[in-house]
Amino acid sequence: MSAIVFAHHSMTPAERLRDAGWVAFVGLVLGIPLIGLTTVDVGGRLAVDTRFGLLAVFVAAAFSGRLALRWALDRLRTRKLARDRTSTATAADRARGAQRAVNLLGWIALGAAVALPIFYSDNRYVVDTATTVLIYVMLGWGLNVVVGLAGLLDLGYVAFYAVGAYAYALLSTQFGWSFWEALPVAGAIAAGFGILLGYPILRLRGDYLAIVTLGFGEIIRVILVNWTELSGGPNGIGSIPRPSFFGLEFARRAPEGEQTFAGFFGLEFSAMHRIIFLYYLILVLALLTHVFVSRLRKLPVGRAWEALREDEIACKAMGMNTTHIKLSAFAIGAMLGGFAGVFFAARQGFISPESFTFTESAIILAIVVLGGMGSQMGVVLAATLLVLIPEFGRNFAEYRMLLFGMAMVLIMVWKPGGLLAHREPTLRLKPLDTAARGREGAR
Amino acid sequence: MMLTMAGVHAHYGHIHALRGIDVEVQVGEIVTLIGANGAGKSTLMMSLFGNPRASAGRIVFDGEDITRVPMHEIARRGIALVPEGRRIFQRMTVLENLQMGATHADPANYAADLARVQALFPILAERQAQRAGTLSGGEQQMLAIGRALMSRPKLLLLDEPSLGLAPIYIRKIFQIVRELNRDHGMTILLVEQNANQALRVAHRGYVLQHGQITLAGTGRELLESPEVRAAYLEGGGHG
Repeated sequence: MSAIVFAHHSMTPAERLRDAGWVAFVGLVLGIPLIGLTTVDVGGRLAVDTRFGLLAVFVAAAFSGRLALRWALDRLRTRKLARDRTSTATAADRARGAQRAVNLLGWIALGAAVALPIFYSDNRYVVDTATTVLIYVMLGWGLNVVVGLAGLLDLGYVAFYAVGAYAYALLSTQFGWSFWEALPVAGAIAAGFGILLGYPILRLRGDYLAIVTLGFGEIIRVILVNWTELSGGPNGIGSIPRPSFFGLEFARRAPEGEQTFAGFFGLEFSAMHRIIFLYYLILVLALLTHVFVSRLRKLPVGRAWEALREDEIACKAMGMNTTHIKLSAFAIGAMLGGFAGVFFAARQGFISPESFTFTESAIILAIVVLGGMGSQMGVVLAATLLVLIPEFGRNFAEYRMLLFGMAMVLIMVWKPGGLLAHREPTLRLKPLDTAARGREGAR
Repeated sequence: MMLTMAGVHAHYGHIHALRGIDVEVQVGEIVTLIGANGAGKSTLMMSLFGNPRASAGRIVFDGEDITRVPMHEIARRGIALVPEGRRIFQRMTVLENLQMGATHADPANYAADLARVQALFPILAERQAQRAGTLSGGEQQMLAIGRALMSRPKLLLLDEPSLGLAPIYIRKIFQIVRELNRDHGMTILLVEQNANQALRVAHRGYVLQHGQITLAGTGRELLESPEVRAAYLEGGGHG
């Protein structure tokens, strides 16, 4: 079997036919019970019927599909090889080119993100979905600090998302705090939980770390389910106040002595105002996150995270305090997750432990890994894909999650390092480079 | 005295890896530690850094007892380690690696130190924008040494610097060790399996066997000692 799957050289036509034949044979063996035989209802009794016609079609499709796939892959490979051979560009030049492409992509994405509500101002579904994408982008960027930069595998990231969401929900419903007052406090609480989680796992690494963080994520969820007095248990917390636009409510009628957003600007009331406002709000929060994380990466603390990911022993030998490095990564990652949680609670108006299951952690982690660990732009691409694929998949009903899984597998096979595996250096060189390049490179 | 280890014991779990080690390194010396695989050479080196921590005995560096000092503190006091297997930061660039080495050095010295290291290893200047993981083994070893030098250490620990390198690089590395000591006055503690080369560059050496020092002497004495010749020089290897 392995001979079929892993053929790394270009194949001769005969080999290709044999390879496709094998696949067709496997398809036939699997297909006889799955497709060739079926049960039919004959007057209240079950009888076995055969569908060999359909099976033949299926096997033929497998054969020709495999043939076409091999051919396409080989062509891609030979073309790439030819290109690599003829290209005189050095690794550094290529890296610079890749960086420029990523930057361009980033600006295009930003332009599209800003313009989106203008074109879809009456399409609630599109704006809502885009808001969800941005929440995941923000979560991805937060987890990227922990997993992508510091290399600490965290399977319980959703815990901090939950802490942020519940912190806002409680502060606003119990103490009447506004969104903007609660945002920094909830972020700080989440960061505190990050440090709390960080301490017991300072000595752990890799798989062991993953298991403990997984447990931590579950502990938070279980507490939320069971501590009914605090969290409302499985019923969650409802009627969470929505953020206002500098004190202007998004409502049809304002409470005594206040104005509505629509009233203040002389617009006709529309439910879309709030949806679009929320969209821009998360866009701004996400952009702030991006700027914050990108800046940190170029500061000593960010470089220390990356060094920690590469080699912990070497870090210690360099005189770095790995305790502080790890705790700072956990705290900052958790804080960003907490911010996203606050926004989530404010947008939904209702939260319950259901929203913070392990699946969420897994999806956020998948976003970071698929995007290319540590790549900010990769997170955007992966978050967009992972939110949109299930959305497009709605047409395929029960095959939706199958499609989702297939897409993940395909991305990892096609790009094992993630969509954007390129890493931007945090230091630019001056001495050896020409001045012009240096100026272009420095930003 | 730069470094004194007196009666140091250390354990890896249940394994009693060091059994009463007495080692001294004087200012301006190259001291080498030779011994077979598993004799405890690397353990000895790492125990200086408190990993594993000495369970008995004393380690004094530059007049201060560092036996219980945390690992990252030890580095800040002026000991730089070039770890076994190089342990460079693979995905970071060559320049970033060097900069990490200067983490706790005075920023005012950064430019001068960088120039000095790049003069010592011109390849590190040529390849500064390259990902460190794409360097050859010998170049990575030079990067690891350069990175350690960026902190302006008083004592440089080299753990098996010639391991797995092509002969041309092995010669180069030993040449650098000699040069660092002669021209820059660097005090060096060198752990090596390549006993012949190590004893040739070293002023003094120790032979380590089963966690104990079995022989000590000048490099020349050890090179000519029948025990060392039998065990480490003639028995095999490419020395």
